[in-house]
Amino acid sequence: MSPVTDVIATDGLTKRYPRVTALDRLTVQVRPGVVGLVGANGAGKSTLIKILLGLSPASAGSARVLGLDVATEGEAIRAQVGYMPEHDCLPPDVSATEFVVHMARMSGLPAPAARERTADTLRHVGLYEERYRPMGGYSTGMKQRVKLAQALVHDPQLVLLDEPTNGLDPVGRDDMLDLIRRVHRDFGISVLVTSHLLGELERTCDHVVVIDGGKLLRSSSTADFTQTTPLVAVEVTDASGDVSDAALRERLSRAGLKLADDPVPGSRALLVEVPAQVPAAPGAATPDAATPDAASADVEAVYDVIRDAVVDLGLGLVRMEQRRHRIAEVFTARADAAPAPVVPQEGTAHA
Amino acid sequence: MPDTTVPTQGPGPYQAPGPFPGGPGLGPGPRADVIHDIGYRHYDGPRLGRSYAVRSLYLQTLRGSFGLGRSVKSKILPMFLAGVMCVPALIVVAVAVYTKMTKLPIDYAHYLSVMEFVIAVFVASQAPAAFSRDLRFMTIPLYFSRPLGAGDYVRAKFAGMASAAFLLTGLPMLVLWLGAVLSSMSFGHQTEHFLFGLVAAACYAVLYAAIGSLIAASTPRRGFGVAAIIAVLLISEAISGIVWAVLARGGADVSARWASVLSPAQLVDSITTWLFHLGGATGPTGAPSTAGGIVMLAELVAISAGCYALLVHRYRSL
Repeated sequence: MSPVTDVIATDGLTKRYPRVTALDRLTVQVRPGVVGLVGANGAGKSTLIKILLGLSPASAGSARVLGLDVATEGEAIRAQVGYMPEHDCLPPDVSATEFVVHMARMSGLPAPAARERTADTLRHVGLYEERYRPMGGYSTGMKQRVKLAQALVHDPQLVLLDEPTNGLDPVGRDDMLDLIRRVHRDFGISVLVTSHLLGELERTCDHVVVIDGGKLLRSSSTADFTQTTPLVAVEVTDASGDVSDAALRERLSRAGLKLADDPVPGSRALLVEVPAQVPAAPGAATPDAATPDAASADVEAVYDVIRDAVVDLGLGLVRMEQRRHRIAEVFTARADAAPAPVVPQEGTAHA
Repeated sequence: MPDTTVPTQGPGPYQAPGPFPGGPGLGPGPRADVIHDIGYRHYDGPRLGRSYAVRSLYLQTLRGSFGLGRSVKSKILPMFLAGVMCVPALIVVAVAVYTKMTKLPIDYAHYLSVMEFVIAVFVASQAPAAFSRDLRFMTIPLYFSRPLGAGDYVRAKFAGMASAAFLLTGLPMLVLWLGAVLSSMSFGHQTEHFLFGLVAAACYAVLYAAIGSLIAASTPRRGFGVAAIIAVLLISEAISGIVWAVLARGGADVSARWASVLSPAQLVDSITTWLFHLGGATGPTGAPSTAGGIVMLAELVAISAGCYALLVHRYRSL
């Protein structure tokens, strides 16, 4: 890898079109690794990628990619960066091999090296015998692999992947996400991947940048996004409709625990708050977890209370787990007009 | 460039897992029957940059215009047209040699104006293949995410198209000249007119490629491109002919030649006839006056340069 610490660094980056502001004073640093770029449609993701490739001048502010200035060194950036667009871009009447060889030569690789790199890269993305057939007959998953291969064929230091899982079925999606992790882990290539599916990014990325309406909403490591919360989710078998839920609810309230409904739509789970001091469960022995500073012990005590309650009611326990934050909450928190964490936090990746 | 067969070349972070624990760096002597998972290898060979990419794209376009590197089906038409361009030249040469003529029965440049239809069909069929495909299948962003820019792309594609058209027009010139020289016609005279013919061939190639490329690049639909180019090149010729006939009815034969400015084919024909004082200055062909010739020459340059500039503008704004 290069000695550059930030693969991407923007400073007050702004892009104004005659009628809309696509990027609004975006300041963000991206370290080597797999970085997710999240935002709704029109949040400015594609505009950002265009600027990072040096194809579109910024209205104000600056950006550096691999230590190179996008305004003046676009050509050098594009020699070391790979780009996989969101849309279809493959001519149907040529084979994957011919196409990727051509694209390798367009990146400046001599013909023999282009052929060799093409064979290597197509193998790495999982395209074998079918690479000699015209691409018109490929499945969506195979096409996405070819698109990824053409972005990797010149061995870039950074690839920009725009919605790489678009249009894929769940299995294809998992394969593509694994491939993206390998691009960083095995190939040593940094990845900037955009998606509007937050769950995917939670699984794939070391660091997530959330933009909305061209503004930075949050930039932090995935681990920070998915910290544990002081809530335990409980789900029990529903033998007799809502009766079992109601009974459990009542039982746990009596035990002095605070309850809430799961805000995730479709979920039947009860959320139980972990209090600082766990009340003594009725019928239970003296709780040994009453020390207020031992948070994990508190959780253990709550688990015990819930378990006992469930057993006493004769219900089956489906799941009981400590709740984690989700990236999606960055958006719901804003919708509730709660103070959104707009201060960009320096990503100290400990994923 | 890493060696294909030596697995130890790639000191990447990836250590091969899988069924070959020995993986990289097996013992002496490569065994041909074992597939090694050698992991990801970085490329540390030369990166030849923009000018090489432009050259590659130029060659690909030039070859592709004759169907080389494309499917068998797409070879048929351009190869057939190249044949059609050359077969009459062969016949002309054969007849001239057999009847022991002292000069060719048709002048080089005039031969091209007779065969102009074939050039038009060639450009109409191949310019969309060179330009519309990348637009239609949205491959353009892949080019522009690489070092080469819009100007480079247009330069390579246009040069490839014009060179292909020049090959098509230059080839029969070469056939005529070789035939004439080998049958001991006057070498000096034949070579002089051969060079005139090559200039005419270049004019046709550049002008037709410019018009054809611009039309082809303005639509992602290949069929529209083909039809529009045919229409512009051939209908304009018909219009020019009609206008000439109307103007010439008053007996003003020579000034009626201004009608040539309406058609690319007639334009090139008139310019070369006037410029090189070729004998065929009859009917609509030739310049109405010296000033008229200069105007026509300026028109040729202006149309070619204008189309090229519009082409660059089109790709810049993508």
